[in-house]
Amino acid sequence: MIAVKASKAHRTESIALAVLRSASGFFIVSIALLIGYLAVEGTKLFTVDHKSVFEFLFSPSFAPDQGHVGALPFILGSLFVTGFAIAVGGPFGVAVGVFFAELAPKRVASAMKPAIEVLVGIPSVVYGWLGLTLLVPLIRNATGSTGFGLLAAGIVLSLMILPTVVSLTEDAVKVVPDSLREGSLALGATRWETIWRVLLPAASSGIGVAIILGIARAIGETLAIQLVLGNAPVLPTGLLSPASALTSEIVMDMGGAAQNSLLQHTLFSMAFLLLLIAMGLIVLVKLVTRKAT
Amino acid sequence: MSRTALAALFLGAALVAPTLASADSSLTAAGSTALLPLVKASAEAYQDKHPDVKISVTGGGSRVGITQVAAKAVDLGDSDILAKGYPDLVDHRVAVIGFSVLTHPGINVKNVTKRQLQDIFAGKITNWKEVGGADVKIVIINRPRSSGTRAVFTQTIMGNTPVNESGLTEDATGTVITAVRTTPGAVSYAAFSGTKRFENGRYETVEGISELAIDGVAPTEENVENGKYPIWSYEHIYTNGVASKDASRFLAFISSNSAIIHQLGYILTRDMKVSESDR
Repeated sequence: MIAVKASKAHRTESIALAVLRSASGFFIVSIALLIGYLAVEGTKLFTVDHKSVFEFLFSPSFAPDQGHVGALPFILGSLFVTGFAIAVGGPFGVAVGVFFAELAPKRVASAMKPAIEVLVGIPSVVYGWLGLTLLVPLIRNATGSTGFGLLAAGIVLSLMILPTVVSLTEDAVKVVPDSLREGSLALGATRWETIWRVLLPAASSGIGVAIILGIARAIGETLAIQLVLGNAPVLPTGLLSPASALTSEIVMDMGGAAQNSLLQHTLFSMAFLLLLIAMGLIVLVKLVTRKAT
Repeated sequence: MSRTALAALFLGAALVAPTLASADSSLTAAGSTALLPLVKASAEAYQDKHPDVKISVTGGGSRVGITQVAAKAVDLGDSDILAKGYPDLVDHRVAVIGFSVLTHPGINVKNVTKRQLQDIFAGKITNWKEVGGADVKIVIINRPRSSGTRAVFTQTIMGNTPVNESGLTEDATGTVITAVRTTPGAVSYAAFSGTKRFENGRYETVEGISELAIDGVAPTEENVENGKYPIWSYEHIYTNGVASKDASRFLAFISSNSAIIHQLGYILTRDMKVSESDR
């Protein structure tokens, strides 16, 4: 009787484990295929078309129909809007996160937390749409430019990364042991001194991760910035001039790129570059968290 | 980005798959947004007459139409430009379309020479006052590289001079018109089907934009038919191989239905008194 039960349990166990194994195997294989495919397609520009990596990364001239494959305008555009978003949205998000973790009355914090999480769930096209209908006319009227450009995209992105930075910062500050707070207060430090001198340094690796994931969110964003960037495939000349980013350029031209054309290969190389940047950011997260522990 | 794109791909595949499965009584078309209004209106009229045939129509741009029909993802690929390098595709000329040069109304320019138009789009002329208009900076609104409208414009006006791309880029005829309407100093190019509206038996420019005459020739149907106005092209619908019975019936319906063609700002191919090589 017991033996029968045991063998039945054993069978269930082995089936369950097989399911888990094959699911994760499938997952790993599809990730590997995805990366492999992008790596192959993304390097055809250099292996098949014999363009130099240097030209792709540093030439400002993008006109694949005439043989120019410089992606510098898009790389700079992506870096700039991401940098803007982190410079503006980063400190702001950290401040709000610390406020929720340390200062906000319980009721406020418990009401705001779900609200912030809802912000994460808003589709990016909605952010872009709001940017297009509210922000672009505002900038146009204030400056006399077209309103489209790096500034508009930077502001939209600053808003979009806030939820990520806020909730991760909040979590990072919350897990700082109470003994540190108590010790600091016992030494006569004020609340602000406790936050600035004790909590922030103690939570620094978590906050670093919050910022890095904010960068990852910003650099991969597509629709929201495509709607407000103006999509000019040229080097940005100022905050108010239309520009392009890696993601927005891919989405503008991918549908019309003929199979195996120079344009398609260039777009694949840009996608591959985005993948490498994303991987680099993940490695950075690992380094930051390892240093902390 | 990659996650969203993948999700969109799967969703798209899920939506398209059932239509492809019953291909004998259904047709799919994609491509040129300049040709989109005609194909859409014709599809509605055709389905009213033939309730057993389902036709689904989307835009995407001329090159999208060509690549999609070449990949057999759609039955009909709509394009403003010739599909060069695709030997399997069969060309069906369904209509002719003219393209207007449209501007924000505040610039006070009604006419430019072809030379001035080249200089404007090459970025050599940067203010409307240089061509006798108001003191407003010129904002060029381009279409992306996949656009047939852009190809027709550059072929007929720009020749070998590259267009200046430091202005805005909008990816469909509709968004171009919205952008021109809301951006002071804006200039762009778009099909008559987007810039004109048929009312009380005659065409009128849609509200909020102006159209430029070129060398004194206004962008009208008559001027396209007699060859005086330079920016026009045949509207092509491509099939992959010989058109199926349903497809060829629908294509014949589009190109012969003069009521729909005129109402939407297109021109019957048989009314043309010049050929493409005379441009």
